[in-house]
Amino acid sequence: MSDVVEKTLTALPSLLSLDSHPGSAKLSSTSKLGNLIRGITELTSKHEEEKLIQHELLAIKEQVSSPNTTMMKELMVRSIYCEMLGYEASFSYIHAIKLAQQGTVLEKRVGYLAVSLFLNESHELLLLLVNTVLKDLQSTNLIEVCMALTVVSQMFPKDMIPAILPLVEEKLNHPKEIIRRKAVLALYKFYLIAPNQVQHIHNKFRKALCDKDPGVMTASLHIYLQMIQENPDAYKDLTPSFVTILKQVVGGKLPMDFNYHTVPAPWLQIQLLRILALLGKNDQSTSEVMYEVLDESLRRAEMNHNITYAILYECVKCIYTIHPKSDLLEKAAKCIGNFVLSPKINLKYLGLKALTYVVQQDPKLALQHQMTIIECLDHPDLIIKRETLELLFRITNAQNVTVIVEKMLEFLCISEDDHTTIDLVGKVAELAEKYPLKYNEWFIETMNTVFSLGGDMMQPDIPNSFLKLLSEGFDSVEEDRKLKLFAVNSYVPLLRGEPGKLPQRFLQVISWVLGEYSHLREDLEPAEVLSLLAKLLDMKNSSSETKSWVLMAMTKLCKGGTDASVTQEVSETYSSSLDTVLRQRAHELQYLSQDPELRARVLPRGSCGNFAFVSEALAAGAAPYKPPHQRQEELDQSKALSLEPYGLSLPISMSSCSITDRQSPTLLSMSSGLSGDTLKLDGVKRVWGREGYLAQREPVEEAAQVEVPSPIQSPGRQGEGDSLHSQTPTQTPTPEPEQEKQQLASSLFVGLASQSSVSLMGKSEPTPQRFRRKAKGQGPGSSFNASEQISSSLISPPSAVDNLLCNNLLDSNNASELAEQTSQLSQRLTTANGTCHTEAELTEPDTKGCNPALRRDNCVVAADPGPHDDPGRLTEVCLDSYLPAELSGLSHSEIAPLCANQSLNLSACHVQKEDSLILVVFIINSSESAIQQMLPAGEMTSHSVAVGQYSLTVKRPAVHVEVVGTVSYQLPAGTSQSLQFSYKVPLTSFIRPFVVSTEEYGTMWLSFSHDTKQNLTLINDNQEPLTATLNALKKKLQLHVVEVIGMEGIVACRLLQDLPCLMHCRVNAGWLAVWLRSPVPDLPDCLIYHCQRALQSL
Amino acid sequence: MFEVMKFEWAGRSGLIAFRSSQSFVCCLISALTKAGTTKTCQPIKIIMFALVANQKVVRDWPCFGVVLGGSFLPRGGYTVLLFKMQFMLLFSRQGKLRLQKWYVPLSDKEKKKITRELVQTVLARKPKMCSFLEWRDLKIVYKRYASLYFCCAIEDQDNELITLEIIHRYVELLDKYFGSVCELDIIFNFEKAYFILDEFLLGGEAQETSKKNVLKAIEQADLLQENIDFQMRLFAAPS
Repeated sequence: MSDVVEKTLTALPSLLSLDSHPGSAKLSSTSKLGNLIRGITELTSKHEEEKLIQHELLAIKEQVSSPNTTMMKELMVRSIYCEMLGYEASFSYIHAIKLAQQGTVLEKRVGYLAVSLFLNESHELLLLLVNTVLKDLQSTNLIEVCMALTVVSQMFPKDMIPAILPLVEEKLNHPKEIIRRKAVLALYKFYLIAPNQVQHIHNKFRKALCDKDPGVMTASLHIYLQMIQENPDAYKDLTPSFVTILKQVVGGKLPMDFNYHTVPAPWLQIQLLRILALLGKNDQSTSEVMYEVLDESLRRAEMNHNITYAILYECVKCIYTIHPKSDLLEKAAKCIGNFVLSPKINLKYLGLKALTYVVQQDPKLALQHQMTIIECLDHPDLIIKRETLELLFRITNAQNVTVIVEKMLEFLCISEDDHTTIDLVGKVAELAEKYPLKYNEWFIETMNTVFSLGGDMMQPDIPNSFLKLLSEGFDSVEEDRKLKLFAVNSYVPLLRGEPGKLPQRFLQVISWVLGEYSHLREDLEPAEVLSLLAKLLDMKNSSSETKSWVLMAMTKLCKGGTDASVTQEVSETYSSSLDTVLRQRAHELQYLSQDPELRARVLPRGSCGNFAFVSEALAAGAAPYKPPHQRQEELDQSKALSLEPYGLSLPISMSSCSITDRQSPTLLSMSSGLSGDTLKLDGVKRVWGREGYLAQREPVEEAAQVEVPSPIQSPGRQGEGDSLHSQTPTQTPTPEPEQEKQQLASSLFVGLASQSSVSLMGKSEPTPQRFRRKAKGQGPGSSFNASEQISSSLISPPSAVDNLLCNNLLDSNNASELAEQTSQLSQRLTTANGTCHTEAELTEPDTKGCNPALRRDNCVVAADPGPHDDPGRLTEVCLDSYLPAELSGLSHSEIAPLCANQSLNLSACHVQKEDSLILVVFIINSSESAIQQMLPAGEMTSHSVAVGQYSLTVKRPAVHVEVVGTVSYQLPAGTSQSLQFSYKVPLTSFIRPFVVSTEEYGTMWLSFSHDTKQNLTLINDNQEPLTATLNALKKKLQLHVVEVIGMEGIVACRLLQDLPCLMHCRVNAGWLAVWLRSPVPDLPDCLIYHCQRALQSL
Repeated sequence: MFEVMKFEWAGRSGLIAFRSSQSFVCCLISALTKAGTTKTCQPIKIIMFALVANQKVVRDWPCFGVVLGGSFLPRGGYTVLLFKMQFMLLFSRQGKLRLQKWYVPLSDKEKKKITRELVQTVLARKPKMCSFLEWRDLKIVYKRYASLYFCCAIEDQDNELITLEIIHRYVELLDKYFGSVCELDIIFNFEKAYFILDEFLLGGEAQETSKKNVLKAIEQADLLQENIDFQMRLFAAPS
C-alpha cells in the first residue's frame, strides 16, 4: 500500500504542474492571517496591538468551538501567530491536538506543528496525543508516519514510550530512508528521556550505523555520541568503523548532495570527530587507530571557508584530547595559528577558544601568539576581550598574576552582564588567594575591588575564604600584623566615605575585620569605630544579615566606659527588633558591654583562629570537618567528575574517614568553581598552608632563575616560530604604542617559558623502552638462545567497591593478572669460555649500536669454573663468587633458584645500580656431560657455571615485574631442549631517590596528570611521627625526602632514570594522608601499594 | 564548584553533591545508605542526574524533593547534552519576532524574558562585530540576512562556526523553497518556515544535511496538500 502512495507522490508533479514554485505559491495576502498581519503593521502603539489581538483571539475562540471545522487550519495558524507575538492562546491547545487527531492530512500537519509549538515535554495535554501518534504510526500514508515520527522526536510523554516503542522500532526496517532516519531520531529522543527503555535495541543502533543511506547513518551518530559520552569503554570496538566512515567522508565518497559549499558532509565530519575525541581520550591504542584519518582531515580542510574552519577547530580539539602524537600536535598548533591570525573576527574568536583549550596542555603555545593576544585584549568587541581573559586566566602564574588580575578588574568595570561579573569575580578572587605574593597590599586592594564590583551577586564562599585567610594569617607575626593592619586602614576611610554605596557582603566583611583587628591601629579609638559601625545600622538598605554582623563586631569592640552610650542606644533599639537574630545579638551586646570580665572570657582577643575545642572533639573521635573546597576536590579531582575507582586496597576500617582526610598539597581550588575546566597553574608556589602563610624562600632568587621569556616575536614570524628558544627578542626601536604592547607581553607571558619545559617533560610520550637487545660479541663465544618475555603485572583498577573490601583482594588480583605481556623479544645470551674475554666485553658493550635510545645492552659473562667439581651442591655463597666483578661491590638480592631439569640448574638475583637494575642469571650445568650449544663452537663443560647479566628497565609500572625467559640448548645426543624460567622483581627495585628542590617539586607537581590518594598508617611510637614514617619509607623504598614543613612532607623518587613520581604526605587525624602524582599512568598506584606494604611490615 | 550536603530521603541518607556549571546542573549522590542500619558510610552507589537549564532550584536544600520528582532526568552516567541547540529565534530589525523554536522546555514567562533580552542585545551590536555572544551561561550565535536576524543559542562547548553554517543552510533552504526569500515570505508563510526547520533540525540536532532531501520531503507533503486543495476546489459545490 505504501508503494501505491509513493507512486502517487512521484507522479504528482506531472499531474499537477499548476505551480512550479510550490513555496512561493500564495502570499496568503487575502487570507485572514494576511489581514491580521497587515492590521498589526499599520498600528502605531502597543496598546492598539493588544486590543486588536485580544479581539482576534476572541474571534478565533468563537470559531474553533463551532462544529464546522473547515477553517480549523487557518484558525490554528492564526493562534500560533498570536502566541508568537506573546499573547496567550491556551484555549487553542486542545484544538491543536484535536486537529492532529481528526483532521485530514493537511490539517494534521498544521495540528502537529501547533502541538509542537504550544506544548512542552511536561505538558499534561500531551497524553492526549499518544493515541493519535499510535494511529498515525500505523498509517499507510508515508506523510502521516513522517509527521508522527517528527512530533515524537520533539516531545513525548516519558511514561508512554512503551506504547509506541515497538512501532517505532519496526520503522527501523522501513524501505524508505526518510522513515528510517526519523525512527532513529525518535529512538534517540527516547534514549535521552528514558535510557533504560531502549537498552534492548542497542544492536539495532549498530544496524542503523551501517545503513546504506548516509542520512540514516548520520542520525545514528547522535545516539552514539551520547552513549559514548556516557561510557566510552563500551564502544571502543567501533573505533575502526568510525575511522573508516570519516575516511570515506573526507575522501569524498558520499553523494554530492551531502556537500556543503564543496565540503563533504561537514556536520557528519564534526560529529565523527567528536566521537573519536571521546573514544581516544586517555587511550593510546585507540588513539593510534585514528592518527592517520586526523592527519588526512587536517590536510584536506584547506579551503578558506567558515565550514572548513569549523571542521579544523573540531579536529584540533580532537587531537589535543586524544593520546598525543607529536607531529599531529605540531600541525594542530599551526592550524590554531591560522585561526588566531585571521582578520575575520569570528575565526579569531574561535582561535582564542581553541587556544584556551590547548594551553592547558601546553602553555608554550600561548607564547607564540602573544602579540595577537595583546591586541585582542584591547579589542573593541567585548566577547573577544572576554575570551582573551579566559585564556590569560589559564596561563596565570606567580609572576604575571598582578597584570592579569588588573586586566580582569578593568574588564569587570565595564562589564554590565551579571553572569560575566559573577564568573570573573570568582576567578579574580581565586587568583588573588592563590598568589597573595609578597604584596599584602595588593591582595587586600584586589579583594576590595572584588567585593565592591562583585557586589552581592558573587559566590558566598569568596568572602568566607577571604576572612579565613585573614584570620589564619602568616607564620611571621610581623607580616601577619601588617596584613591585618592594612585591611583595617583601607576599610576605615571607606566607612567614613559613603558606606551606603557598598554592597552588603562587603559591609559584612568590613565589620568583621574591624571588630577583630581594629585594635591593631593604635591611633584609632574604639569609640570612633563603634560610631562608624553604628552608622551602618542606621542605613536604610542594610539587610538584617549585615546588621547582625555589625552588632557582633560592636560586641567585640565595646569596652564599657566612654563608648557605653553608643552601645546602649543600639542595643536598646534592637533588643525589641522583630528579627530574632538581631534581638539576640542586641541582648548579647548589652550584657557583654556591661560585664568586661565575661566579655574577655567569651570573646578573647585574637581567638578567632584558635579552636581548641575542635582538637578536643577530634581526639574524642569526632569526624573531622571538611571545608567545601576540599570536598569538592575529592569529587572533582580532574576536569570533570572522576569516575575512576578509588585507590588501591583501602583497609576497611579506614573507608569512612579516608574521604575526609585527603587534602591538596597546594590547597589549590578555593571553590569559587566558576572556572569550568580545571586550571593549569604551573609554577604555583604554595604560599598558604594550614598554618597560614608559608614564608617564601628567596623569591628574588627564584625569579632570577626563571628563564626570561623572550618577550616578543614579531607578528610576521609568529606562524613559523614554534620553538620558544629560537625566538630572538626584537630589540629594534619600535614605535611608542608597540613598545607598550611589548612591555605588556613580557609581563603577561613571564614565567611561561620555564614551565613549558616542565610540561613537556610531563607530557612527553614515554620513549619506547623495550627490552631491546642485540646479539653481541660474535667472538668465539657460543650462545644460548634465550627468548625473553617481560611480563608486567598490572594492577588493573578493579571496581571501586571491590577495592574497599579488603586488603587481601589486592594480592589475589595481582597474581591473577600477572601475565600481561608488554614486550617480547628474543635475545641471545652469549657465553664465552674465558673470564678475561668476558671482562673485555663488559666494558660498555653495544651502546654505540644503532639506537641510542636503547638502554644499556646486556652482556653475558661465562665463567668456566675449573675447580668446582660438584655444582649440584653449589650453595649461594658459591654462586656469589660468580657475580661479575663490577657488580660484586653492590648489594644484591638473595640468589634464588629459578628452575632446574636433569641437565641445567638456573638461579638468579638482581643487583641495583644507580641508573639500572641488573638481572644476573646463573646457568649451572649439573649434568655429567658437556652441553652442546646451538652454535658449533659453543659448549658448556660439565659442572660449569655460566653467568648472564641483563639490564632491566620498566616500560609500564606494575607492582611486580616478571621476567620470563627461555634457555635453549642442545645435548650431546643431539636433541634440542629448552628450559623456561621466570623471575619476579618488585617495583621497589627500580625505584631510586630523586633529588629535587622544593620549587622544582612544585612545578613538577602541577604538570603531572596521574595521581592517587590514600591514607597510610603512621608510625606513632615516636615524637615526630611524620619524620619517623618518612624515614622508614625512605629506608625501605629509597625515596628522597625533599622537605618537611610542619605536619606535611614532600618526597620524590623516580623509576630508574626518567620517570619521576612525587609524593605529598600530611598528617591528619592519626593517619598519613598520601597523595602521589606522576606522569606515568600506573606508577602512583603501584608505589602506594609498596608504601603500604613497607609500613605494614614495620 | 560542588556543593555537598547531607540528605535523607526514603529511608536513606547520604551525601549529595550539586554541581552547577554552564547551563546544566548535575548532582551526584554518593554514599547511599539505609539510615540507621550501617555504621560506616560506604559508597554503595553513585547516581548522577543532569538537568538542563535550571540552576536556581537546586541551590535550595528544601527543594530537593521537587528536584528529584520533577525535572531531573536520572542517568546511568555523566550525561550532559553538550552539543544541543537550545533555541532558535528569528526577528526583524524592528525587534519583531518572526519565528521561535525552543528545544529546551521553558515556561512561557521565561521564553518571553529571554526573547526580549536577547533581541535587545543582538540589535545593539554593530555590524562588524563578532557573530558570537556570551549571554548568561549560553553562547548566542547570530547572523543578519537583509532585515532579518537569525539567532541560535548553544552550549559553551559547542562549535560556534558550525552553528553559523546551520543558520546559513537554513537560509539556503528557505531561499530555494520560496525562490529568493524575503522577510514577507516568512511573515506570511511562517508555518512553512517551521515545516522546513523541522525537516532540517529535529530536537536541536541537525537531522538531514542534504539540501535535496530536505526539500524533497517538504515538497512531497506540500504536493499532497495541494492535491487535496485542488480536489476540494474541483468538487466543491458551486454556491
